[in-house]
Amino acid sequence: MRRLNHLFTIAISLATLLVVSAFIWLLWDLVAQGLDKLSWEFLSQAPKRSGREGGIWPMIVSTLWILIVAIAVVVPLGLGCAIWLAEFARRDHHWQRRLGVVLDVLAGVPSIVFGLFGYAFFCVYLNLGFSILSGGLTLACMMLPILIRTAEMGIAAVPNEWRQAGAALDISRTTLLRKVILPYAAPAITAGLLLAIGRATAETAALIFTSGYVDRMPGSVNDSGRALAVHVYDLSMNVLGGDQAAYATALVLIGLIIVINLGANLLSEYWVERHLQRI
Amino acid sequence: MNNVSTAIYTLGKVAQSTQCCVPRSHISVRDLSVSYAGNPVLENVSLDIYKGCITALIGPSGCGKSSFLASLNRMNDLIPSAKVSGTIELEGTNILTASTRVDQLRRRIGMIFQKPNPFPLSIRKNIELPLQEHGQNKPSHIQERLQQVLSDVGLWEEVKDRLNDSALALSGGQQQRLCIARALTLEPEILLMDEPCSALDPISSAVVEDMIKKLSGRYTIVIVTHNLAQARRIANYAAFFWMKEKVGKLVEFGQCHPLFDTPQDPLTAAYVSGITG
Repeated sequence: MRRLNHLFTIAISLATLLVVSAFIWLLWDLVAQGLDKLSWEFLSQAPKRSGREGGIWPMIVSTLWILIVAIAVVVPLGLGCAIWLAEFARRDHHWQRRLGVVLDVLAGVPSIVFGLFGYAFFCVYLNLGFSILSGGLTLACMMLPILIRTAEMGIAAVPNEWRQAGAALDISRTTLLRKVILPYAAPAITAGLLLAIGRATAETAALIFTSGYVDRMPGSVNDSGRALAVHVYDLSMNVLGGDQAAYATALVLIGLIIVINLGANLLSEYWVERHLQRI
Repeated sequence: MNNVSTAIYTLGKVAQSTQCCVPRSHISVRDLSVSYAGNPVLENVSLDIYKGCITALIGPSGCGKSSFLASLNRMNDLIPSAKVSGTIELEGTNILTASTRVDQLRRRIGMIFQKPNPFPLSIRKNIELPLQEHGQNKPSHIQERLQQVLSDVGLWEEVKDRLNDSALALSGGQQQRLCIARALTLEPEILLMDEPCSALDPISSAVVEDMIKKLSGRYTIVIVTHNLAQARRIANYAAFFWMKEKVGKLVEFGQCHPLFDTPQDPLTAAYVSGITG
């Protein structure tokens, strides 16, 4: 029995080591191949010769715009849905369970399907064309189920005793949500949002169909714009001699995700600290 | 059962033996039945809760004591499948009607739960939140109430220098007293306590028990407890619940000491002497 225990410990340690080294190797590969290319010029200039030379500034701007559009739509809608599902819907209702299953399926739908839907609905039906708006809204559709499910679980995990205390003290549900439940669930909500943002930032397939491919600087959200992930795809697949630029762009993309992660966690911590007084 | 219980548990019968407080009915419960999703848990309970007295609800787990308690301030409303019938008159007004203002009711009837449940806020904010929610925003008034209610539960001296610390950093007994203080902020007339000491160590439990005793007279208190010695120590009246045919029933109700010393029902006699349940 003791031996089995020993073997099990070794097995799980090895599994962790394997996963961590794969990740480190990936990062190392990116840094080794891309760092040379990374410079202030690369970050601040427009691409030349299909991206072989010049920089990625328009793509950074497009990516940020697409993310802003997506987040602006996802946060109110997603949080609203999550709060409703966790706090107001009757848990014993069968259709609420079905709604949960639908959301889980949606969260797992391949992004290319969202891309086709986004193209048909936003670009063509709503006549938004290939634009940052179409891309952002399509990404929002992709992000919503992820955020709703994680936020719902986070809110539902807040101990029920505070809801009871609130009801017994005739404290309105809005006040209780604002002052206790949402701040307490903030880390979980943030984790869900970051998961969604991470997926959106890395998205390629859905954006090729919706926000387009043009590597110009977008003038407004109605313009087409090329996201960083699309740029990486293009450089590595379609541009001979674009490999180094692709690596450098990927490095920037990862940097961007790290910055967003840190920022969101700081915001969530600020939110928690402002409202709650934990030990 | 109904008629009998109504006949037995009226003021007249209770008043015959020595009184430990003036039996003036504050809440009259008649034929109260509670069911969850069609399964009855409590049937035909009729009893009076006397003003300013401590009424202990005793009996084994699952016999409907907590359901009875949760009916008194309509906390059962939070459970969608719960169905409550009968009448509960609070000073002559039935509170089980659709037109009852549940918000006002819950301000008149405070509730303390089994596990201390202070909000994850500072000690001060735990008291401030209900006050502000009910429109009292004046800092001087809030400070005054804060000191008042914390003194009422004997917590003021212990926490006055750390009001901005987390309520969760307090010991279990202190947390429970804070919860009682929080309920007192709304100046209720009645306090419902659902096994308030069962999650506490014996010393904290004794402190809370002592405090509950001090609050009687000013407040009408209904307390569910599994601790028979505690019921005997603090309660003026006791109601003994028991499961009959899988449904909770009120077996006996009377002044606390007679109920323990000379129980009328053999079930009560067996339970209080520790033979059954």
